[in-house]
Amino acid sequence: MAKAKPRKPKLAVWKFSSCDGCQLSLLDCEDELLAVADAVEIAYFLEATRAQGRGPYDISLVEGSITTPHDAERIHRVRRQSKLLITIGACATAGGIQALRNFKDVDGFISAVYPHPDYIETLRKSTAIHDHVRVDYQLRGCPIDKHQLLDVVGSLLNLRKPNLPDHSQCMECKLQGTVCVMVARGVPCLGPVTQAGCGNLCPTCQRGCYGCFGPKEAPNTTSLGDWLADHGTGRRDVKHLFRSFNAGATAFRRESEARE
Amino acid sequence: MSGRGKTVIGRDGLADLVAILAEDGYRVIGPQVADGAVVYEPLDSADDLPAGVVDDHDGGHYRLRREADGAVFAHVVGPQSWKRYLYPPVQALWRAERHGKGFRVIEEPADDGRDAFIGVRPCDIRAMAVHDRVFDRGDVVDGGYARRRRDAFVVAVNCTRAGGTCFCVSMGTGPAAGEGFDLALTELVGDNGHEFLVEAGSAAGGGVLDRLGGRDATAEDEAAAEAAVGQAAASMGRHMAADAPAVLMANLESPHWDGVAARCLACGNCTMVCPTCFCTTVEDATDLGGQVAERRRRWDSCFAADHSYIHGGSVRRETSARYRQWITHKLATWHEQFGTSGCVGCGRCITWCPVGIDITEEVRTLGGADKGD
Repeated sequence: MAKAKPRKPKLAVWKFSSCDGCQLSLLDCEDELLAVADAVEIAYFLEATRAQGRGPYDISLVEGSITTPHDAERIHRVRRQSKLLITIGACATAGGIQALRNFKDVDGFISAVYPHPDYIETLRKSTAIHDHVRVDYQLRGCPIDKHQLLDVVGSLLNLRKPNLPDHSQCMECKLQGTVCVMVARGVPCLGPVTQAGCGNLCPTCQRGCYGCFGPKEAPNTTSLGDWLADHGTGRRDVKHLFRSFNAGATAFRRESEARE
Repeated sequence: MSGRGKTVIGRDGLADLVAILAEDGYRVIGPQVADGAVVYEPLDSADDLPAGVVDDHDGGHYRLRREADGAVFAHVVGPQSWKRYLYPPVQALWRAERHGKGFRVIEEPADDGRDAFIGVRPCDIRAMAVHDRVFDRGDVVDGGYARRRRDAFVVAVNCTRAGGTCFCVSMGTGPAAGEGFDLALTELVGDNGHEFLVEAGSAAGGGVLDRLGGRDATAEDEAAAEAAVGQAAASMGRHMAADAPAVLMANLESPHWDGVAARCLACGNCTMVCPTCFCTTVEDATDLGGQVAERRRRWDSCFAADHSYIHGGSVRRETSARYRQWITHKLATWHEQFGTSGCVGCGRCITWCPVGIDITEEVRTLGGADKGD
């Protein structure tokens, strides 16, 4: 007698404060999208379909940061329904670009931007998902790298270790044979303190790394910042380098604060 | 070897050399300019070579500039090394596909391409000899490396200029290649025009030399080549202390390691550009459906936390421990393991360190600490 086909794992994709770019990376899988749909049941993914399959879910991909009281409550509901919770992107893993508010008085922004500030209910800080609930894996980047996403989903389905190195972006440049933009042309680059995984997009376009994958393991931001400051990058510019997509990541936040 | 002694060829002879090697079925790889650096990539012809390009090196600093003399090999070493070709950054070890309840290893087409390397510097030739001891030890052989190395045709270039971070003289590895090449060139740029003194170092090299034109070298040519190489030897940018192994081993607990760690980014650049660093890790990949699996080996670095991960965590958590591991292995314990230093004095780790940490200076500082500074 033929065995019943095993149930496909249920996948959910959740959005918090974010631009939707990381969810788009999933839709952007193009060639692999059919394989994904074949391997998992996409139960909840509002950006792709209105159909809402009920939980619990085997894998939840969470995009966005926590910026409202409603978010802070909803993320616990997501966690309770999810066997594995994977954050996708700089917003979910570090608070995103909107964590720039963390350095200023948010009421000032609200009254400057909105005609009726009293309609706005927001938290003082934009925080990462792991500040609120347990996270099983983090996919870094602004946006995430689709190959990493496919690798992690593939690793979960096939019970192997995912390939998510926490070493520097520099190693990725060297493996690929990309000439160092900092040493050869003096372009400020966050690669030496940033986690690899993007496929070294910016250095291959002759640009310095913006650090969108966030701090690598053991990031020496002080040494890099001092070197840049000693070699022509202004103090304010060094501060701003650390204050972008991952401004809220601990290592980058501390470095930018030290350079106020 | 060749029936000919040392020979002198002109610029045209260089073009002929590239053409002959291509004709013999080699993929000819040589220096050329890309993205502001001299890199080693396949050559279409000798016109791709970096004529008139000179590279300035210092700690964390590299810039190209032009010189009017049009010398083809006035640059020294670029950010890449030849290990990129002999020991590629990512190598598939095997692939397999699901087959019933088991799996079947996919047969891959044989890897039988042959490379000719043009412009291999004496330090890099020594680096190949270092790798031979690592990968081709008789009892333990890396088949892919050994095959590529055996089939490679090496055209050495003796250095007639030293870079700002070069220290081959103090390592005894240059600036002239004594052995380990098929052909060795010394570039002569002077009143007599632009020529190359060519010497064969193997039967294969002799065979190619026989097919090159040119004229027999005179005593003057040889003297000019010797003087040019001597000039490089006299202008080394850096110097490694002769007692480096002893200094390092006597200072394993020095507070200076914390001083290095305050600057070190643990980014791994030094190990990636080093022509002898050979550490790799193994990664497994699958397709989503679990029908195909692949195991691959990729360059790793002792500056990555994962490199020392054993059950329960990483052994070398602090950057100080990682830097100490790298430099003591490279300069000291490599001798016990492989009977030679792991450093060939090419200076790449100094130039391409984003914050200019200088291996020769760190040894000097530790040596000073040893003497009670």
